[in-house]
Amino acid sequence: MTRIDENPGRPRAAVTVRGLVKHYGETRALDGVDLEVREGTVHGVLGPNGAGKTTLVRCLSTLIRPDAGEAFVAGYDVVRQPRQLRRVIGLTGQYASVDEKLSGHENLYMIGRLLDLTRKEARSRSEALLERFSLTEAARRPVNTYSGGMRRRLDLAASMIGSPAVLYLDEPTTGLDPRTRNEVWQEIRRMVGDGATVLLTTQYMEEAEQLAGELTVVDRGKVVAGGAIEELKAKVGGRTLRIRPADPLQLRPTATALDDFGLTGPGSATVDSQSGTVLVPILSDEQLTAVVGAVTARGITVAAINTELPSLDEVFLSLTGHKTTDSQDTTPARMEVAV
Amino acid sequence: MSTTLAAPAPAPADPRIGLRSHLQHIRALVRRNLLWIRQDPESMFDAVLMPIVFCLLFVFVFGGAIAGKGNQDEYVNYVVPGLMAMMGMNLAMGVGTGFNQDFQTGVMDRFRSMPIARSSVLIAKITVELGRMLVAMAVLLTVGFVLGLSVENVPGLLAAVGLAGVFGSAVMWIFLTMGVMMKNAQAIQGMGFLVLFPLQFGSSIFAPTDSMPGWLQAFTDYNPLSSLADAARGLMNGGPIAHDALVTLIWSVVITAVMAPVAIHKFRTKS
Repeated sequence: MTRIDENPGRPRAAVTVRGLVKHYGETRALDGVDLEVREGTVHGVLGPNGAGKTTLVRCLSTLIRPDAGEAFVAGYDVVRQPRQLRRVIGLTGQYASVDEKLSGHENLYMIGRLLDLTRKEARSRSEALLERFSLTEAARRPVNTYSGGMRRRLDLAASMIGSPAVLYLDEPTTGLDPRTRNEVWQEIRRMVGDGATVLLTTQYMEEAEQLAGELTVVDRGKVVAGGAIEELKAKVGGRTLRIRPADPLQLRPTATALDDFGLTGPGSATVDSQSGTVLVPILSDEQLTAVVGAVTARGITVAAINTELPSLDEVFLSLTGHKTTDSQDTTPARMEVAV
Repeated sequence: MSTTLAAPAPAPADPRIGLRSHLQHIRALVRRNLLWIRQDPESMFDAVLMPIVFCLLFVFVFGGAIAGKGNQDEYVNYVVPGLMAMMGMNLAMGVGTGFNQDFQTGVMDRFRSMPIARSSVLIAKITVELGRMLVAMAVLLTVGFVLGLSVENVPGLLAAVGLAGVFGSAVMWIFLTMGVMMKNAQAIQGMGFLVLFPLQFGSSIFAPTDSMPGWLQAFTDYNPLSSLADAARGLMNGGPIAHDALVTLIWSVVITAVMAPVAIHKFRTKS
């Protein structure tokens, strides 16, 4: 049932978006977005709340009509061929969901029937997917008794019933705890392994890095950067090193030491006096070693040191030179990981 | 095997949804709504309890006053057909609120992004509510019989139930439209009561209209609920039928013809 790209050497565009615009009154939710997703790849769309990610997904799933621009999915025009298009997409995430009052099996069976499967096909497809997403035991329980992770897995299973050529995952792990998030990531990786083309929206750099090959960064309805994830990571500095001097008075000298060292990267050293740390973007392990050396050479005692992937804020800061527009996202990234 | 293109080729030239598929989709969605009832039997309370409560209240509170003390039996025969008309309205309003709440959950987005006719979601909803309406009428008639309801014409009784169902489902399209358009269920309920109360009481449902002032009679004469109640009475126990039944049917057809396309359009374009 899975789709296999028979010719990975010459990937074609599964999703093409050109100059897409969508207004809500004065707000330009999408303000001329261009995007291309190659077949058989995972394409991440990274941006803060209100960047237009969900609006984009809703346009591409024919739930809303764009005001201008054009978009094609598997060759179908989102405006002119919505019916054909709906046959080739799967939608999952914060908005498209399952019926809380039905059991897992009843949900999947219903969706199978809505996709024109026979009763028998719908039943066996449901059972196979429940098995695959480790939900067999909970299959007969109503979804409102499921945990957050089980629900997301059922969401994923629901969008897989029709073996869609293109799958939209709209913030699939927002609100999940780290362990559950890992489970969902694993499932997504498996789906990709089966050859699905995935458009993934996320607020988390780490999620994009874990799953996507290519990334489009959006803000206020506009694309601010795009390309292979490795390139973007290099641009934003890969990781952020956080150094906490034992003496808070040493914060400023530590930052100076780092600047003097010439490690100015995209966003040189910044002082975070609240947490009593100095932040500096680093690109490699060699740089990490060198930076630590530079600080200790000045006789500064270091109390703590760790590295983390850049948060969305830091990505934005380095790509666009301004902070994310949404104040919610100025909180520290929830996905900090030690090296 | 050809490996020239990694073609998705999912191109059935005709994107239209065939009648068989359409019916299958409606069945699947009806099943969803029925499973809700199994999961949450309390959702049937309104359909089961409302007819009991209303029938008892009206017969014992107003019956004596309207038909004369000790003549409650006579009033049962008068009010039960009227209550059939009334209950259809109240259940129809529930469609709007239920549908609106359904919209707050993400599952509607999934339906709307699937290759199904969007009308099937609405038709399924109406089918299930029509079923609930029939349950309510069965309960109402049972209570009525216990209180002394007599029916001379059994096929006529079935026709009366059918007529109430037809008019009720026509009105459901109005509430479905409100369910799609209005912000929340409370707003629909508030608005619904505001419209339904005068319509229900300003009619021949509960009392003959002869004692009402002329201006009100002018209103009750044109009130489709009067026609429905009078037609139901005629069908069950004899009396003039043709005019009232025809008026009720015309109202039903006109309301459906106008509101069904509006509801489907609003549902389709809701963002």
